[in-house]
Amino acid sequence: MEQAARARARFAARVGTGTGTGRDVGPPGEPRRIAYLYLLPAFVVYAAFLLYPLLRAVQISFYDWDGLTLGRWIGFDNYREVLTDEGLRSAFGHALVLMVFFAIIPTVVGLLLASVLNRAKVRGLSFFRTVVFLPQVVAMVVVAVAWRRIYAPDGSLNALLSAVGLDSVTRGWLGDYDFALPVVGFVGSWFEIGLVTVLLLAGMGRINGELYEAARLDGAGPVREFFAVTLPSVRGEIAVALTLTVIAALRTFDLVYVTTRGGPGNSTSVPSYEVYHRAFELGRVGSAAAIGVSLTIVIFVISFAITRIGDRGTS
Amino acid sequence: MRVSRSERTANYVILLAFALFAIIPILTILQAALGPSDSAGSGIGNQGATSFVGLHFANFTEAWQVGHFGSYMRMSFIVSASVVVVSVGLSILSGFAFGTMRFRGSTALFYLFLLGIMMPSEAIVVPLYFDLRSLGLTDTVWAVVLPQVAQSVAFGTFWMRAYFRSSSTSLIEAARLDGASNRRILWQVLVPLARPAVVTLTVLVFMWTWNEFLIPLVMVTDESLRTAPLGLAFFQGQYTQGFTLLAAGAVIVATPVVALYLVLQRHFIAGMLEGAVRE
Repeated sequence: MEQAARARARFAARVGTGTGTGRDVGPPGEPRRIAYLYLLPAFVVYAAFLLYPLLRAVQISFYDWDGLTLGRWIGFDNYREVLTDEGLRSAFGHALVLMVFFAIIPTVVGLLLASVLNRAKVRGLSFFRTVVFLPQVVAMVVVAVAWRRIYAPDGSLNALLSAVGLDSVTRGWLGDYDFALPVVGFVGSWFEIGLVTVLLLAGMGRINGELYEAARLDGAGPVREFFAVTLPSVRGEIAVALTLTVIAALRTFDLVYVTTRGGPGNSTSVPSYEVYHRAFELGRVGSAAAIGVSLTIVIFVISFAITRIGDRGTS
Repeated sequence: MRVSRSERTANYVILLAFALFAIIPILTILQAALGPSDSAGSGIGNQGATSFVGLHFANFTEAWQVGHFGSYMRMSFIVSASVVVVSVGLSILSGFAFGTMRFRGSTALFYLFLLGIMMPSEAIVVPLYFDLRSLGLTDTVWAVVLPQVAQSVAFGTFWMRAYFRSSSTSLIEAARLDGASNRRILWQVLVPLARPAVVTLTVLVFMWTWNEFLIPLVMVTDESLRTAPLGLAFFQGQYTQGFTLLAAGAVIVATPVVALYLVLQRHFIAGMLEGAVRE
C-alpha cells in the first residue's frame, strides 16, 4: 500500500495531477471492457490476413483446384498424396536432412564453442559476437547469391580444392545430384551457428560461478564440468535454439529458390518450395494448400514437443 | 578462473577461425563488388578512371542503373516503413490490453495471437494470393504490406505484452487511483518508459520486412513494385555476364539492415534471443 502511494506520487510528479475522465476507471484488477477496444485494430488485421487465410488454406486443401476454374471436392486426397507421393515424401525427407544441417550441427558446434569461450574470459568477445551474428541480419537472397558464387564451377571452393591438390573432387556443387542438398544445408549451418552460439553464451553467462568451483573441488576436469554443470544449466537455451533452427529448416524457401530451384531433378526440393511450385507454377492449388497446412502442423508439433522437453529439464 | 597460457592462445585461435568462417562469404561479395568489372562489354566508360585506391565504386552506380535498384530500394523503404509504423502502433495498443488489463477471454485470445508467431508464410500465402486477386488487390503495395503487418502484429503483441507485464504494476495502479485515463497511462507513462522495448521491436520488424522474399514474390508481378531482395533474385536470373554487378547489387540490398545492425546491434541480438518463442 505504501509502495503504491509512493508510486502514485511519482506518477503525479511525472504527469501532473490526475484529471481522469472517470470513464472505465474501476479499482485495479477489475475486468475492463475497454481492453477489447485496444485489441480491436490489431485483431482485425491479424484475423483478416492471417487467421482467415489459414482457414481458407484448410478449405482449399480439400479441393482439386487449378486456381481458375471451379474446384472439385476430393476430401483428404491431397493429404493422402502428401503421405504417399514419391516427390512429396522426398521433399519432406530433404527437410529432415536440412534439419541436421540447420539445427543439429549448429547446436553441437555452438555448445562446444560457447563453453570454450565461457571458460576463459577472452578479450574481444563482444566483437566476436557482432561478427558471428552478422549472417542473421543479411537477407537470405544475398546469402544465397554469395554461396552460389562460392559453389560455382569456377568459384572459390573449387579454387581452394585445386590449390591443395584435390582437383579430382572439384565440381559444380549445386548441379551435382549427390552434393546439392548437403551443400545447401551447409549454408544453413553457416547461417545458424552464430545465432546458436550467441544464445548459448548468454545462457552460460548466467550460470552461478560457485557451481564450477564446487565441481572443481570435486576434481572435475573440463569435460566432466561441461556435462555436470554447463549442459544441464543451458537446457532451456538449447530448447529455444533447437526450436528456432528446426523451424528455420522447415521454412527454407528463399535459399532453395535462389540457389537450386529444387534441382537438379528434385534433389533439393523442400516442402515450402513445393508449395510455391505447385500453386504458382503447376496450377495445383489444392495440393499446395495441403502441403502448407501439413507444414504448419509439423512445425507446431515439433516446437511444442521441444518446448515440453526443455521445460521438463529446467523445472 | 585461472586458465593456462596455451589454453588462452587456443581460445583466440578458435575465436578467430569462427569469426573468419562467418564473415568470409560476406567478404567474398564485398570484394567482388569492389573489384574490377568482369563482364565483357560493359562499363567501358567508367573503367579505371573512377577507381579509388583500386576500389571500383563505379560498380555500384552501374549496378544501380542496370539493375533498376533505385526503384526496388524505394519500394522496400515504402513497404518496410509502412509495416513498421502500423504494426508497432497496433502492437503497443494490444500489448497494453493484454499486459495490464483483465478481461474475459484474454488467455484464449492471447494464444490465438501466439499461433501467428510460428505460422509459416507458406501456409497462408496460397489462399491470400487467390483471395486478394479476386478483390483486385494483387500487384498493389497493400498485398505486400498487410500480410506482413499481420505477421508482425502477432510477434509485436507478444513482445509488448511481456514488457507491459513486467513494467511496474504499482505505477499503473497509482496512475489509475489518480484517475488517469487508460490512454493517458499508456502514452504518457508506459510508452516513454518502454522506449528500449519499442526500439527493439522496430528494428526486428524492419529487418524481417526488408528481408522478406516469399510474400512479395507471390503478390507482385509488376516490376515497379518489386522489393529489393526480389529485384536481386530477378537480376541474378537475367544478368549472367559476370559477377561484379550482381555482387554490387547484393551489397546494395544488404546495406540498410547491416548498417542498422552495426549501430543498434544490442537491440538486434537481445530481440532475437529474448523474442525466441518463450512464455
